[in-house]
Amino acid sequence: MDLYEYQAKHLFDSHGVPVTAGEVCATPDAAHEAARKIGSAVVVKAQVKTGGRGKAGGVKLAATPDEAQARAQDILGLDIKGHVVRRVLVTEATDIAEEYYVSFLLDRANRAFLAMASVEGGVDIEEVAATRPEALALVRIDAIDGVDETLAASIVDRAGFPSHIREQVISVLVDLWQVLVKEDATLVEVNPLVLSADGRVLALDGKVTLDDNANYRHASHADLVDKDGTDPIELRAKEFDLNYVKLDGEVGIIGNGAGLVMSTLDVVAYAGEEFGGVRPANFLDIGGGASAEVMSNGLDIVLNDPDVRAVFVNVFGGITSCDAVANGIVQAVGALAERGTPVTKPIVCRIDGNNAVEGRRILNEFDHPLVEMVETMDDAARRVAQLAGGAA
Amino acid sequence: MTIWLDADSRILVQGMTGSEGTKHTRRMVASGAQVVAGVTPGKGGQEVDGIPVFGDVGEAMAATGANVSVVFVPPRFAKAAVEEAVDAAIPLCVVITEGIPVHDTAQFFQYAVNAGSTRIIGPNCPGIISPGVSNEGIIPADITGPGPIGLVSKSGTLTYQMMYELNDIGFSTCVGIGGDPIIGTTHIDCLAAFEADPSTEAIVMIGEIGGDAEERAAAFIADNVTKPVVGYVAGFTAPEGKTMGHAGAIVSGSSGTAAAKKEALEAVGVRVGQTPSETARLMRALLRG
Repeated sequence: MDLYEYQAKHLFDSHGVPVTAGEVCATPDAAHEAARKIGSAVVVKAQVKTGGRGKAGGVKLAATPDEAQARAQDILGLDIKGHVVRRVLVTEATDIAEEYYVSFLLDRANRAFLAMASVEGGVDIEEVAATRPEALALVRIDAIDGVDETLAASIVDRAGFPSHIREQVISVLVDLWQVLVKEDATLVEVNPLVLSADGRVLALDGKVTLDDNANYRHASHADLVDKDGTDPIELRAKEFDLNYVKLDGEVGIIGNGAGLVMSTLDVVAYAGEEFGGVRPANFLDIGGGASAEVMSNGLDIVLNDPDVRAVFVNVFGGITSCDAVANGIVQAVGALAERGTPVTKPIVCRIDGNNAVEGRRILNEFDHPLVEMVETMDDAARRVAQLAGGAA
Repeated sequence: MTIWLDADSRILVQGMTGSEGTKHTRRMVASGAQVVAGVTPGKGGQEVDGIPVFGDVGEAMAATGANVSVVFVPPRFAKAAVEEAVDAAIPLCVVITEGIPVHDTAQFFQYAVNAGSTRIIGPNCPGIISPGVSNEGIIPADITGPGPIGLVSKSGTLTYQMMYELNDIGFSTCVGIGGDPIIGTTHIDCLAAFEADPSTEAIVMIGEIGGDAEERAAAFIADNVTKPVVGYVAGFTAPEGKTMGHAGAIVSGSSGTAAAKKEALEAVGVRVGQTPSETARLMRALLRG
């Protein structure tokens, strides 16, 4: 889960990484009040999980509470790269002397962690890495040893931080590493880390990605989930404990296993090229060993997506039993009819593997005019694309 | 011959007394695998279907000669279980458990590297099967028989799909390496082992979006693999920034895309199928060619 800046800074603060005082606000009035409390010039910053908000007009300086209110009015509701601004962070304006960059992240390739630090901050760090790699210090971090003051000092020295702030930056790095470890984050990034005109080293922006697998040991992380920013179908799928991602196409997809479902999306997209460019409407993985109930919930979710014109159920039964999948389809279709919202969209099924013969027998016997079976994955993808394209 | 798992493999199941552990122990036994011991802390002395359960890995190895371990314990206990297997210096530890915090995986992986005597496969993987010989994990044993193809894949169900598509030819060993951001055994480790295995004539490599493991595998193939390799990559339609089930399957920025992986593989002469079925056809043509 990616966090908003204000959430990231809250975690920074709780682990001792210095940040400026600020308050997150959902209305212009609240921004006025926050600026009044801060009592100095403020910056009003759009809270969106995407870069480039400054260029998009999402970050503005305000000298007075009235100005803060007006700037919040301008920024709230802005659309920044498809992200609607619902909150702004009102924070103390800082007189910046210098800008730096520091981060810790999971390093998949080296199966460890990585520190990145540069005295050229406030800019796109990927660009620094690409054009001036010598300006970016990269230091491998052993997952067991972690970051102590000695290692932090070597990161600071390799990045070339000026000696008069060396101790302050070392302390920031040690605390920032604690954010990564204690919060089970896979990324903590400060860009920019600044030296203020009055000599303080501060995290002026923050990016944190948390590991959802570790939620069980962080009860407080549940409060960080952004319900407003999540697609309503995704929220409903989450209630059913289904692994669902909304996409922008017309073909509903249900399968078992992340890899097979990803592959199904691709195969449908290729087949769709022949039929007016129809594309997958979602990713839905019912997982290993799914019961009829799980299958039924999944079908319910996908059929209720108004963008979906046809559904593709693609299952290879390893642990999952194909008769459970078939029973789930029969149950879902029956339940929808009972609810007074009978199925109106075609469902194409390809089921293979564990107990496939019984699964196919159940669907044959069901003999529903909108449920059809196709033998191979490629042919089934073509058929469902044809049905979705034809309904256009 | 096979890689890592052969007729002499004596399997120890960590978490055998749990529901998943018991279920898959029975499946492994039914498929002919030699499951010799279970381990559950505090439950030493019990039995599951006549297989003795021990309190720790070292004890189980000493008593039964177990030389490979498979881990079914829940995520919150997985790190301790793997480190216990490493302490006992078991040569192979296959971690099936899904949902382990990545900080835990990073630590137990480093722990195994420091100890230097245990290969880890997974976590969040279906395991490893040498059809007709042995089977460690949850891969169904009835999909395919023995044959000359080696298979390495990040995804479980795509592994099964590919085994099914090519079951007329058969496989030496199939390894599901798992889809997490940090895994103990990589595509490259498997490619090197298949290259060295006399019974493997050709290799299927299945990748998916996220990270750069496939790109690094391509570079490795160019320099080290003489056997023919056919590839498949899932996730061309996955949008940036969305996690597709596997914790590792996420495209961030311009790196980790399926297109980049396909291009890297094709650049070193690996034929990459557009669908799993087409990939199987490429392999069949290659072996018959």
